[in-house]
Amino acid sequence: MGMMLVFVLILASFLGFELISKVPAQLHTPLMSGSNAISGITVVGAILSLSGAFVVSSDTMTIILGTLSVFFATINVVGGYMVTDRMLSMFNTGKKEDHVS
Amino acid sequence: MSEAIINGLYIISAIFFVFGLKMLGKADQARKGNLVSAVGMLIAIVTALVSQSVLEWQWIAIGMIAGSIVGAMAARLVAMTAMPEMVAIFNGFGGAASLLVGWSEYHRYTVTNTYMDADVLSLLIIILTIVIGGATFTGSLVAWGKLSGKLPSKAIQYPGQQFVNVLLVALIIGSAALFGPLRESLSIDSYLLVIATILVACILGITFVIPIGGGDMPVVISLLNSFSGMAACAAGFVISNNVLIVAGALVGSSGIILTNIMCKSMNRKLTNVLFSGFGASKSSAGG
Repeated sequence: MGMMLVFVLILASFLGFELISKVPAQLHTPLMSGSNAISGITVVGAILSLSGAFVVSSDTMTIILGTLSVFFATINVVGGYMVTDRMLSMFNTGKKEDHVS
Repeated sequence: MSEAIINGLYIISAIFFVFGLKMLGKADQARKGNLVSAVGMLIAIVTALVSQSVLEWQWIAIGMIAGSIVGAMAARLVAMTAMPEMVAIFNGFGGAASLLVGWSEYHRYTVTNTYMDADVLSLLIIILTIVIGGATFTGSLVAWGKLSGKLPSKAIQYPGQQFVNVLLVALIIGSAALFGPLRESLSIDSYLLVIATILVACILGITFVIPIGGGDMPVVISLLNSFSGMAACAAGFVISNNVLIVAGALVGSSGIILTNIMCKSMNRKLTNVLFSGFGASKSSAGG
């Protein structure tokens, strides 16, 4: 199981390297913002930390830590996607030719 | 729900992230790409919610509703010019969430009295999650402060900067060793050690970003974004979850590439951006 996860990690890392090649300069910030929203995937971990497999008889500290982490991760996800969409909506109105820097 | 269906859904969400990221790099598809990646996130969240039969529903609901309101308000109300610093603070919250996932897993070991029996690798990954998450959190907050003018945006330098950073990293390595492989010889409560490590990681995030000038903050935020991906990835190992590992690794590695591209477009080297505060007063040699 552990080895399998390392395998997944390595392949996904290489994929990440390959995904980003030539990015037009005006897209640097939206791309950063969009991938930041993806890093909010830790919300899944936060949700699972409040699940039956992890919570031991409704331990208070577990609930505090879990709820806080769900809260923070959700801000990251919701805020991240919305702010990225707002940034990108500005480009659509101008409809400029993309010049690769 | 069966394990196979859950993993299948996680794979679908990972595919959405891959296509979303790819499209985000192209001017004509970027907005759609962001939407594709958001759908992937929705699939992952719903899958996590239905994958467990026993959940602390009310607490998850409170966390998600409160987080959605805060996130949506912040994203909607922020001025167009203030968006980069908004990204920084969102990123910081992502790091904090990973830290808390790691902490919560450690806490479970203490509640069930299994800390001494846990395997060393699991413990080291927990510490790694906590450290990357904590440093990302405070580093992002400093970046936000510098961009928003709440902190002086010029590079803050002090004597012995390099020494302080090396010392902090050494402290973290030392406490990781005490937490994992050497835990038999630990004379204090392991909880104290964990809290101390969190504090040191948070201080490291501050000392790492504080010597970098405000003009270089976009590059730093991109790098911190990559770190928060790695923190999510490490949290994925802590709870053995594929989608966290894949999405975290995607953000971690693509973030490094983007950071590099941003440096190049400024005609700088990353090491120059990060460490130009050290040593010579001003040597902005072009990359």
